[in-house]
Amino acid sequence: MHHVQKEALEAAASPAPRQRLVIVGNGMSPGRALEKLFEAAPEAYKVTIFNAEPRVNYDRIMLSPVLSGEKTFDQIVIHGDGWYVDHGVTLYKGHRVVAIDRDARTVTSEHGVVEPYDKLIIATGSTPIVLPVPGCKLAGVLTYRDLDDVTAMLLVARSRGHAVVIGGGLLGLEAAIGLREQGMEVSVVHLMPTLMERQLDTPSGLLLAQAIEARGVRVHTGANTREILGTDPGAGPSRVRAVLLDDGTELPADLVVMAVGIRPSAALARDAGLAVNRGIVVGPDMRTSDPDIFALGECAEARGQCFGLVAPLYEMAAIVAAQLAGDATAAFNPSATATKLKVTGINLFSAGDFSEGEDRQEIVLRDAARGVYRRLALKEDRLIGVVLYGDVAHGAWLFDLLKRGADISDLRETMMFGPGAAGGAPLDPTAAVAALPDDAEICGCNGVCKGKIVDTIRAKGLRSLDGVRAHTKASASCGSCTGLVEQVIKLTLGDAYEAASVQPVCGCTALGHDDVRRLIVAKALKSIPAVMQALDWTSSCGCAKCRPALNYYLLAAWPGEYQDDGQSRFINERVHANIQKDGTYSVVPRMWGGVTSAAELRAIADVVDKFAIPTVKVTGGQRIDLLGVRKAQLPAVWADLNAAGLISGAAYAKGLRTVKTCVGSDWCRFGTQDSTGLGVKLEKFLWGSWTPAKVKLAVSGCPRNCAEATCKDVGVICVDSGYDIVFAGAAGLDIKGTEALGHAETEAETIEIIAALVQLYREQGRYLERIYKWAKRVGAAAIKAQVVDDAEKRRALYDRFVVSQHFAQTDPWAERVAGKDAHEFVPIADLALAAEGRR
Amino acid sequence: MTETIWTDVGALDQVPRLGARVVRTPQGCVALFRTVDDRAFALEDRCPHKGGPLSQGIVHGANVTCPLHNWVLSLETGEAQGADAGRAATFPLKVEAGRILVDLSALAGQPVLGKAS
Repeated sequence: MHHVQKEALEAAASPAPRQRLVIVGNGMSPGRALEKLFEAAPEAYKVTIFNAEPRVNYDRIMLSPVLSGEKTFDQIVIHGDGWYVDHGVTLYKGHRVVAIDRDARTVTSEHGVVEPYDKLIIATGSTPIVLPVPGCKLAGVLTYRDLDDVTAMLLVARSRGHAVVIGGGLLGLEAAIGLREQGMEVSVVHLMPTLMERQLDTPSGLLLAQAIEARGVRVHTGANTREILGTDPGAGPSRVRAVLLDDGTELPADLVVMAVGIRPSAALARDAGLAVNRGIVVGPDMRTSDPDIFALGECAEARGQCFGLVAPLYEMAAIVAAQLAGDATAAFNPSATATKLKVTGINLFSAGDFSEGEDRQEIVLRDAARGVYRRLALKEDRLIGVVLYGDVAHGAWLFDLLKRGADISDLRETMMFGPGAAGGAPLDPTAAVAALPDDAEICGCNGVCKGKIVDTIRAKGLRSLDGVRAHTKASASCGSCTGLVEQVIKLTLGDAYEAASVQPVCGCTALGHDDVRRLIVAKALKSIPAVMQALDWTSSCGCAKCRPALNYYLLAAWPGEYQDDGQSRFINERVHANIQKDGTYSVVPRMWGGVTSAAELRAIADVVDKFAIPTVKVTGGQRIDLLGVRKAQLPAVWADLNAAGLISGAAYAKGLRTVKTCVGSDWCRFGTQDSTGLGVKLEKFLWGSWTPAKVKLAVSGCPRNCAEATCKDVGVICVDSGYDIVFAGAAGLDIKGTEALGHAETEAETIEIIAALVQLYREQGRYLERIYKWAKRVGAAAIKAQVVDDAEKRRALYDRFVVSQHFAQTDPWAERVAGKDAHEFVPIADLALAAEGRR
Repeated sequence: MTETIWTDVGALDQVPRLGARVVRTPQGCVALFRTVDDRAFALEDRCPHKGGPLSQGIVHGANVTCPLHNWVLSLETGEAQGADAGRAATFPLKVEAGRILVDLSALAGQPVLGKAS
């Protein structure tokens, strides 16, 4: 009754009552169908969606990058909550539809919601196949289908144990590499003799196996799983322990992922009496045996075939939308599809049919040393199959020839080398794109052709990749066509094209600082050569710009594990003193909070006399600078300073420099708190930490602010009620007052907030980016939210800082007095001395 | 031309990869560099820009970046790279049986090169 009332109200409110469209399932295909429908007939339907998953529509193809850590869930959301609101769509999240009543024209969800429809789309997708071997129901046996699976895998991966992936197809291999990147020991078990046999021929399958093994994943082909073994049930709840193969091999496993195929989810349709074969049977118009009910996506069977790749599924979606908008002629004609493996660094492209046959010819190019393999399958002067491995640059062009069924008799001798080869022109990638006809498909996921991109750029005045993505959807799904799309933009706009705004770290890479940092963690890269190898550095060993940055990023990512690379540090940080214009050095001992004593001053005076140090100066950070020390003298100077309890002041470091203080409540008649004492505590807590750029602090005992805390990276102003913490000031190249961060009631809380702030900066700051620039980039409010408002995040940051400090608080002077890096401080040969000796 | 005189100044292993060591001579300092692929080079330890000690710079490829103002000099030719113009003197060097031999005969009779570092 309730629904009848609601309907009546809606009818009264709008003159032409809209039809009710109900969709079961909220995957990518219905999402695409709705986009197309809202374009074609925005007001025609009132839409209600039931989603068994408790979330919005996301890009399922991109789950592999989420698993490997290269992307986050937020980055793969296609329609955020706002999209549903904007289009007046009612979305029931976490509601599985349990029944369709075709007579009453309603669907019922497991939570009892009954929704009437005029038109219904069934888009229930598919379920992963679970091999019915003994042990397949043990805890720790997963499939790879949705975000929940990825979350579960990531949880197990934390233990860095063993994983076995059953199935060496596209999905299984992406899962295997993703788990490997998460630090697990991974084996792939594949029933067939070569990997991805549905998309690849034998030679390229073998090359792929080599590349996968080179990533540290063991590959077992021709291997059948006999049983999944569990732990001893006597020792708590049984979970997976190993995978037993037919040949008796036992592979240890804390996690088993089954990726052996999918089965269309057709039970709901079958129960409703619709025609079901393997999937839900639909005609070319995508209607099921009930003309008011459509089936769409992996659950649908069209022309006797079920589909799993996104391109034909999106074609289906377009047909459903057109039919719903009133175009009765729209018909689904699946075309050839191309496959790419989404594993960074492995380039693989396959399309069409490349099985061998009497009426077929093939052209093969092999360059084993370069890991290149290309095979073209031909039939009667038409290209019918393409496999490219290693260099896939011509994939789009060849795929276009294949799809158009072009006569290639004139191209036969040169087509292997791409469109540029025919005229002997150099292989300019833009030229290859220029050679493509307007109807050549650029983005396979979203079915966007070159002409559509060019027209949209011109019509909308687009200038950037983001603009093209927003308006055409090209490169907006898996992203593997991004390079092609950029070339189309470049071709259309010439010099007006605004290339990606990410500033590369240096000339050795196209990646920006944030990408490099993210990938260091995601791919567990733990040395500078490993970073350069994995991220395709273009120089053999980097440059003076990227090496110090990488050294810092690795140090920050892997405290205690990464071996600091002195040769990648600027000289000052390598020898722990500041180089001067004449090649001598300056030495600045730490003076905690600017407080010193007669004994320390006496020791300094003695060092100055003993080594005839020419200049002694008080610095701006309340300590003493000894200038003009020769490099060879440094260890002896430090030894004497160490003996008086003085350690390195790190006046050279991208790290904690000074904590400037005023005398505070101990002496000052205005002082409200012990600013000197807090300054000393802060310096003793923070010293030794490496940061993206230098960090200077100050603590003032009252708002008169004699320690000038309001132009520092971090400042504390003591007040009667406690401590006001400020940050992001500058008084160098730029001059900028600080911004408020928060208020603390105790010294301990102050220290915790500041340590958390420094840690967040260590994790997010780009190398050489001072705190005020970092704060400007990410927003002071975002920083405050994490280090002040969210107590849990603050504590986690603080804990990570403490762990890192555990490895950082060693006096570098004392280490060198004890002999570390002794070669730094003496000449390899002294011919001057030898010459004097001869005289 | 002066006659070639090879002087054994030490073992290659005493120079860190992607690093440098200094040879002191009566005419000033000579810097020995070692690349990532174990090639070695000898240059006067003095940047043509403002006299910075090149031995204290960061070595990358077959280049060194001066620690004072980031000039980049080729270890092979001593020439400043990029937009900068200038040259640091280079000295013939060979590695035999793991020992570095340098021909410093060009220094004879030269005024003092740079300050000792």
